[in-house]
Amino acid sequence: MVKNYFSTRWGIIGVGCFIGIFAAFLQKLGNPGNMGICVACFERDIAGAIGIHRAAVVQYMRPEIIGFVLGSLMAAYIFKEFRPRTGSAPIARFVLGIFAMIGALIFLGCPWRAMLRLAGGDGNAIFGLLGLIFGIWIGTLFLKSGYNLGRAKTTHTSAGWLMPLIMLGFLALMLVFPQIEGQGKNGILFYSTKGPGVMHAPLIVSLIIGLAIGFAAQQSRFCTMGAFRDLILFKQMHLFFGIIALVASAFIVNLILGQFHPGFTNQPVSHSLSLWNFSGMALAGLAFALAGGCPGRQLFLAGEGDGDAAVFVLGMIVGAAFSHNFGLASSPKGIGPHGIAALITGIIVCLFIGFTMRKKI
Amino acid sequence: MSIIINAEGLSCPQPVLMTLDKIKEIQKGEIMIKVDTNTSKENVSRAAQSQGWKTTDIQEQITGYQITIKKE
Repeated sequence: MVKNYFSTRWGIIGVGCFIGIFAAFLQKLGNPGNMGICVACFERDIAGAIGIHRAAVVQYMRPEIIGFVLGSLMAAYIFKEFRPRTGSAPIARFVLGIFAMIGALIFLGCPWRAMLRLAGGDGNAIFGLLGLIFGIWIGTLFLKSGYNLGRAKTTHTSAGWLMPLIMLGFLALMLVFPQIEGQGKNGILFYSTKGPGVMHAPLIVSLIIGLAIGFAAQQSRFCTMGAFRDLILFKQMHLFFGIIALVASAFIVNLILGQFHPGFTNQPVSHSLSLWNFSGMALAGLAFALAGGCPGRQLFLAGEGDGDAAVFVLGMIVGAAFSHNFGLASSPKGIGPHGIAALITGIIVCLFIGFTMRKKI
Repeated sequence: MSIIINAEGLSCPQPVLMTLDKIKEIQKGEIMIKVDTNTSKENVSRAAQSQGWKTTDIQEQITGYQITIKKE
């Protein structure tokens, strides 16, 4: 049996460094500030690109997300790890995906971006990360008391291919209806003409880096939620080394590229309301823990045939649409008009799922 | 005769939780764990190792893997 180098300690550290370095470079090449990669933000931009929300400043078909899924698919096939499976309470995962996104957009970022924000000097990220850890800690209490979403079953190979095919479809749409400078729409795709949505690295660069990260992360099982969860639950440091590597390498590259600006105010695409930064990420962290993976990990799982993770991803994209259609998402000006109501609803729903889904296995 | 844990279809951390519970319960002996992904296989082996158990055998099957861990 060939040893999986990526799953060793140096493997996970290497992958963390890889993500940190290339995220910082993607920012240099045009992606928004402290947002070289943000799975939540980029899925939100995709929701905008296909017009299921009409927040004009966050609409772009992000090739990084497409790359993550397809890169993972390639790795899964090359290393014979593609296993089409589904049936572990998909509806619960869909709902968790919705509220994970709502929580993340109150903070303004997924765990990856929380770390990239920290590595870029944004002190507000500390509250987001503390919230994330708090949410995951609540999740581990549920896990300890028997919470689980039940067993998945092997399914048709083609079912495992659906999420990669959706991503290929998105890529095809992007090639058929490319961005025209200064125009908000081409064919059916929306493109921001201002705001974070207009800031992006060249398509081909984004796609290739996305593919490489997807490939490496599938093999290493890189997961930011898992990093904290395993540390709290098992005192297991393995995945944690990966996220330390991510923050450290992004920090160093940011220093070199002049992208490190320490402070709490005027940080890119962020607000400084500490309570809501904390609570938003606490909701997201709980939802990730109950669903078994951070947004990035869910994309990589979807690429290796996990239909339940794919449903979570779709939940997140729909959640992004809700966030912007109903005024739940924050902006640099502060939290959305209905953000708090959505946050409370989300916490109640997650607790309901956590308390009631503990079937004997 | 070793104890069998069927963690097929369960995603992490479930297989690890089940394995660690059993390790705590029996302290030493042999446990056979059935999982269906490489990730679970690696995680279970890593968790067992952290408790001083040894992975003595991994059998690849159509539906996944059968891992045997042991502590004398």
